This record gives sequence, structure tokens and C-alpha cells, in this order.
Amino acid sequence: MLSKKASVDSHGEESSYFMGLQEYEKNPYDPVHNPSGIIQLGLAENQLSMELLESWLEKNSDVTGFKEDGGSIFKELALFQDYHGLPTFKKELAEFMEEIRGKRVRMDPNKVVLTAGSTSANETLMFCLADAGDVFLIPTPYYPGYDRDLKWRTGVEIVPIQCTSSNYFRITKFALEEAYKQAQKQNLNVKGILITNPSNPLGTTMSKEEIDIVINFCMTKLIHIVSDEIFSATVFSSPKFVSILEALPERNLQDSIAMNLVHVVYSLSKDLGLSGFRVGMIYSNNKMVISAATKMSSFGLISSQTQHLISNILGDKKFMKYYMKENARRLKKRHEMLVSKLKRIGIRCLRSNAGLFCWVNMRHLLSCDTFEAEFELWNKILCNIKLNISPGSSCHCSEPGWFRICFANVSEEMLQVSMQRMKVFVETVIGDQIRHRNMQISFSRKPLVTKWAFGLSSFDHQLDR
Amino acid sequence: MAIEIVQPSGVGLSKIAVSETHGENSPYFAGWKAYDENPYHEKDNPSGVIQMGLAENQVSFDLLEKYLESNQEAASWGKKVSGFKENALFQDYHGLLSFRKAMASFMEKVRGGKAKFDPERVVLTAGATAANELLTFILADPGDALLIPTPYYPGFDRDLRWRTGVEIVPIHCESSNNFQITPEALESAYDHATSMNMKVRGVLITNPSNPLGATVQRKVLEEILDFVTRKNIHLVSDEIYSGSVFHSHEFISIAEILESRNHQDSERCHIVYSLSKDLGLPGFRVGTVYSYNDQVVTTARRMSSFTLISSQTQLLLATMLSDSEFTEKYIEINRERLRKRYETIVDGLKRAGIECLKGNAGLFCWMNLSPYLSENTKSGELEIWKTIMEEVRLNISPGSSCRCSEAGWFRVCFANMSEETLEVALLRLHEFMDTRRRERNMLSVL
Repeated sequence: MLSKKASVDSHGEESSYFMGLQEYEKNPYDPVHNPSGIIQLGLAENQLSMELLESWLEKNSDVTGFKEDGGSIFKELALFQDYHGLPTFKKELAEFMEEIRGKRVRMDPNKVVLTAGSTSANETLMFCLADAGDVFLIPTPYYPGYDRDLKWRTGVEIVPIQCTSSNYFRITKFALEEAYKQAQKQNLNVKGILITNPSNPLGTTMSKEEIDIVINFCMTKLIHIVSDEIFSATVFSSPKFVSILEALPERNLQDSIAMNLVHVVYSLSKDLGLSGFRVGMIYSNNKMVISAATKMSSFGLISSQTQHLISNILGDKKFMKYYMKENARRLKKRHEMLVSKLKRIGIRCLRSNAGLFCWVNMRHLLSCDTFEAEFELWNKILCNIKLNISPGSSCHCSEPGWFRICFANVSEEMLQVSMQRMKVFVETVIGDQIRHRNMQISFSRKPLVTKWAFGLSSFDHQLDR
Repeated sequence: MAIEIVQPSGVGLSKIAVSETHGENSPYFAGWKAYDENPYHEKDNPSGVIQMGLAENQVSFDLLEKYLESNQEAASWGKKVSGFKENALFQDYHGLLSFRKAMASFMEKVRGGKAKFDPERVVLTAGATAANELLTFILADPGDALLIPTPYYPGFDRDLRWRTGVEIVPIHCESSNNFQITPEALESAYDHATSMNMKVRGVLITNPSNPLGATVQRKVLEEILDFVTRKNIHLVSDEIYSGSVFHSHEFISIAEILESRNHQDSERCHIVYSLSKDLGLPGFRVGTVYSYNDQVVTTARRMSSFTLISSQTQLLLATMLSDSEFTEKYIEINRERLRKRYETIVDGLKRAGIECLKGNAGLFCWMNLSPYLSENTKSGELEIWKTIMEEVRLNISPGSSCRCSEAGWFRVCFANMSEETLEVALLRLHEFMDTRRRERNMLSVL
């Protein structure tokens, strides 16, 4: 009775990523009322700097009261549904994005298309750049939501660009070629690449070399590049963030076809923690894309009430400068806290400089090197020690044993409690592994090295502290 | 390292991106251009184009503003801004429970309590535009057909077809019976679709109708419901003008019909609503899909991720719409003001020698200029439309843009301007019609 889209599982909500979120809803941690509940470390939200925004709001109550220059602008805002968006808002957004990029790029408000969140922006770009059945290549591991956002209603397919820990999951020319060949083998038409920079779930920024590899590849194949830069203002340590928009003029490609191939997605959900307000956008130099995407944005416009509020916040440049600096400082501190606590229990993270999460290596805790074992471990962590973290398989990681752990959506206290639980858990797992090894040794004459010892000593000295 | 770069005219975009199905090349939009370039202003540009093609409700803003003045906390998370963090982070596609409850309650009030709405069946979307597209994605596959009575809202051509790939097959309605939908017209549309090898997935009605400005009668609703049941297809009832009915007892919602049938076989029915027309808040993007089908509710909710309502706006409206005293008063006064506007325009047009369809709802009237066409065709209609735009400087919507099967009908909006501006428009039209009649009389004498 319903369409194929309604009946199929392509909304992606059967993945463990979503299942973990659901389990959390049933038994959420509370320090007083439910201290043994599940702690949510699977949600990439930025809650660290909300009170900075709160104090701004307290000082600027006229803005929420729809008052401006002594008069009411309520009627004007309530009627404003022009899909070109509030001009002042687009201007402020463009300037904010320039700031994030250290003013190394000029951003034109007329090339901004507003959308209800980056979820909407990503889907809209797929509708504009690809037909149903076409392919977008995406480096793994990637944000689980892409499976729904990019494919569900558009009919577009994703073919992964397999990245591996051997080079810290960086994109290589070889991996790009392989993915492209894979699509061709299936008789599928590749229309573009989607990169997330800074990366979710890796928490790393792309190097100039990586960006160049992607640009070169796309120019030879004549395919689009969508650069999802929604974590761009969460960069808290070096190397600094390099946007794809900077890479083009640097290589003197601003008059080339490359300019029409590049499209950036942005949102205020991560940098400013305003995920509920649905503020997203597409930025492109391609006039046809801007034209089509603007019309499509009718299906997901930003509330004019919200455009007005955000326009005022971003317009307070002094505040925003302070916010960005302080937000980065808090993220860095939290990141260091998580990384150091994990290190103390023998768990290493991929070296990262951005994002709201760490990409954590727990391969040594697997019973064997398979995704089944990873799922088993994830399940144990969720059910036994009540921590919801995201298994790498839900991010399509090519190697089992990696997990994403978020650090910016919980209090310091909750993070401490989580790490305490992890410590106990790891000790149990290692203990079990040692016992198992000892049993094996007593039946064999060859000394065996445990996976545990292996895991700590292998290439990890190059990985993070 | 040198790179081989091929330089064609450009890298392709999708078929959807380059198609014309966004519909923005129709005359409907050309009239806007004329207005944008020369907009009427009482003082600064009294001879400019008066916008009568925009179905906005501007008659009751004072009521909203008064509410906001006395309830400043509704828009500001309280004095201590304590609710801000929770609200700003809230992106759950179920939507704020308090807001869903308020919407359900408001929808009940608008129907005079004649139907009940369950907050658990309210799915929130950024406007009715999104709601209609979303439902189409859920109910039909690309190439399938939805049957829609003509004349219909021009935006449907884009909203329902563009990205979904679904087709619209018109249910032709005629002036001979006031454009009411008949069982014959339904069957005929269905057969036509089938003959073109299209699978019909549902019927979409707008009740009250845009552009007719009239409610659908109970008998007709029953017939439509019987038809969709017989054919085992869906029924979408776009009721976004339900609060704009001049006399509340004259509006029958499909919800009432379903309740009278004890919700038997109601899983095929879905209602679309929005606050853009009744509350005059199109900028806030508040729409909803209300479905009697559990699977549709679940799927629609997940799909709403692409078009969520700002949690800031949900909070403001949850407060406003939970205030029963305010909503009841608003609904009553808004109705009364729209009725008065309607009477003003219909009387004014009558004095100018122009008849309208008898309407009882909405923000517009359906005007009949067919007696004045040089030829009873679409080009005759566009000719007079162009004249009215250029000489009378009024932007009105030609029936052809609404796929009306008869030439000469126009939709004229009356609620998006002040009373004074409406008088100016009527005066201009009066003078134009006078001149035209005199010219005709002169010609007939020759």
C-alpha cells in the first residue's frame, strides 16, 4: 500500500548506531536518580559552550522579543518565507565562515543556500548532482547518518573509499581508483565524492596533500566534490583547518572547471551546539547548483524567527571571536581528558585535532579480528558497563575494533564515571584473555604472545598519546 | 605533476536539477516579477502594482502581537534563559511533545471540537510544502499518479512531482456545478491515468479549496471516501485553510467523516495542516502530517529529519497554542475579519459587473471574467490577465495556472493587504471594467 521507499529499510535505523541511541533512551544515566544508567557517549553534540550563548541572550533580550530599532519586526519576520533567505543572515553566515577559515577565503552571501540543517543540505545536493542509481564515493569510516541522508529518497548509491589504519585512515589515490573501479564493475555511474573535513568519526582535519589528491582525481574524472565542513570550528589544535575552498585559489584553479565541481556543506549544529534550530547551508560557485538548490530549499526552509536570532548572534563579532576561542579551548581540554584517561587503561586513540569525539582503538580487546567480535564487544560495553559508544562497523570502517567515543555532550563528571567503568571493564577483559592464554600455554610448548601485548606495541607508537 | 583536464561545457547535474518541473516559468511567477519591479505603496508609489496573487493572511497580526507583548517569556526561554540549552539541543524528530499537544488541540478547536486529534499522530514538517512532498514520497513511487481536482494550487506541480517523480492526473471540475468533485469526474480521471499505464496511488483534495475559496460539502466528501475505498487508494486532505472558514459550521473535515464511520478503514487517510494561512506565520515553517496509518506516521516521522521545525519556533508556538483563551478568541476574530474582507471584495466586484463563485472560506475569491474574454480560450484568458497586470496594475492569478479546464477564471487574494489598499484595487478594477464596457458598447454600435 505504501511506496517502496516507505517499505524498505533504507532509512537506516536498524544499525547499531541508532540501536544504541534507543537503548539509552530507555535507561539514561542521571547522577542522582539513575547513577547506574547508560551514559551517552554516542551523540556528537557540543554542549560545552552553551552558557556563553545563554549569557549573550540575557544581555540581548530585544532580539528574541522581535524588537529592532524601537519597533516590532514580528509581522515582517512572520511573513518572510523567501527561499533566498534573510539577506543579513546570509551575510553574517558568510562572514562567520570566513572567520573560521582565518579570512583566507572570501565567501559571497549570494552563493549561500539555506537549508533546515546539514541533513537537508546533503540530501538536496544529492538531488542536484546525481540521478537515482548514480554513485557518490565516500571515504570510510563515515558518519552513519549518510546512509539515510544521501540514499533514502534520492536513490543514490554510496560506494566506499576504503581507508585503513596503516596510514591513519588518510585518503590515497589508490583507494580512490579502487572505489571508482568498484562502481564501474557494478555498471554504476560515479557523480562525485563526499568528504567530511574535519572528519567524523576520525576527528582529524584533512591535509593539503589529501585535499589535492581528491581535487586532482575529481578533475580527471570530472566528478563533483561535496565537502561537509560542519565541524570546521571545532578544531582545537594544529594542524589548522584547510577548507577545500582555500585549496582552489592556492592552485590557481579559480577560473577552471574545478570551481564548478566544489560544493561545501555547513551547519551550526556542531560548532555552536544549535542542532535543534536547524541551521544548515550549501555553498557553491556553481550557478546552476545554487539555482536548483535554492528552489529545493522550499522543502526545508529555516524558520525566519531563527534566522533573525542567529543573524544577531553572529553579528556580534566581538562575542563570536571570544566564543570561538573559548569553545576551542574547552574542546581541547575535554579531548585531552578523554585521551589521557583511555591511555591509562591501555587504550589508544587516533591522533586528532578536531571534532567532538575520539576514534578509539580497541582491537586488542576483541576476542578475534572480526566484525562479529566487534559487535560482541560493543554489546558488552552497552549492556555490562552501560556505555553507549559507536562501533566502527556502523561507520563502515574496513577494520574491526575501532570505536567512536564522544566527549562534548556529557559533563566532566559523567566522563569520569565512564572512564572508571571502562577501567574495570578493560581489566576484566584483559584478565580473561590472560587466563585464556595461560590455559593455552599449559597445553602447548610454544610461548604465545597475547593479542593484548600485540595491540599495545605494534604501530601504536605512531598513533596518539 | 601535469593533469589531463578535459574541458566540456560543464559537469552534468541531475535530471531533476535541470528539469522545468520546479514550475517557475509559468505565468503565475511572471506576475510576481511585475510586482517586484513596481510594488504599490500607499504613499511612496500609489500607482504601483497591487499584489493580489499572494495568499497570505495579514488581517489578524495585531492579535498575535498583543499576545507576544503580554507573554514575552514565550519567545525567550524565560528571564534566566534556563530552558535555552535543552531547547537548542532538541532535534528529536518526534518533535516537542508540548507542541504536538498544542497543535492537536488547535486543530480540534478549528473544527469546533467536532473531531479529536491524537498528538502521537502529529508529524511535524517545515511547512505544508514539505508535508505534501513527504507524503507523496511515502504513498507513491516514481511514475505513479495522484488524482487532484482542478482548479488546484499551482505549487502542487512542483511540490508533489519535482523530486518525487510522481505524476498528477487532474480530476476535471466545472463551473456548471460550482466546480464540485463528482463521482463521474473521479472515475474518469482514474480511467485516464490507467489508460496511460500509470498506477493511481491516491486522491489529494484541498479542503477548503485553493483557489475556489469554498469548503467541500459533506456529501462530496463521503463520495470521495467511498471512491478511494473502492479503488483501495489513499486520500490526502490538505486542510491548511480550515481556520479560515467564515462560518465554522460550514467546514466538514475528513476527520469528522472518519469519526462518524468509527474510523473504519481510515488507514488510507492523511491530513496536511500548517500555520501559514490560519495564523499568518509562513516564515516560521510550521506544517504537519496527521495520519491515521501507523506505518505512515512512523515513516513520515523518520523522513521529517530532512525538514524539522526549528525547536525555537516549536517552543514559542507550543506556549501560544496551549493558551485556550487566546486560541479561541483568535479563531473567532480571525474568521469574522476574513468574512468581512470577503464581503467587501465580492460586493466591490459585483458593482464592477464581475461575478464570483460563492465562497465561504480562504484568503481569496474565485472571480469569473469569462464573459469579458475576446476568445474563450487560454490565450484569451492570458490576454486579459496581461492587460489587468499592465493597465490596471493588479497581480492576480489566472485560472490556467491552476489547471482550470474553463478559461476566464481568476483567483484574487484579499487578506494580504490593508482595507484601504483593497478599496484602491476595487476602484481601479471598477474603472477598468467601466472603460471596457463603454468600448464594447461603442464597438457594438458601429
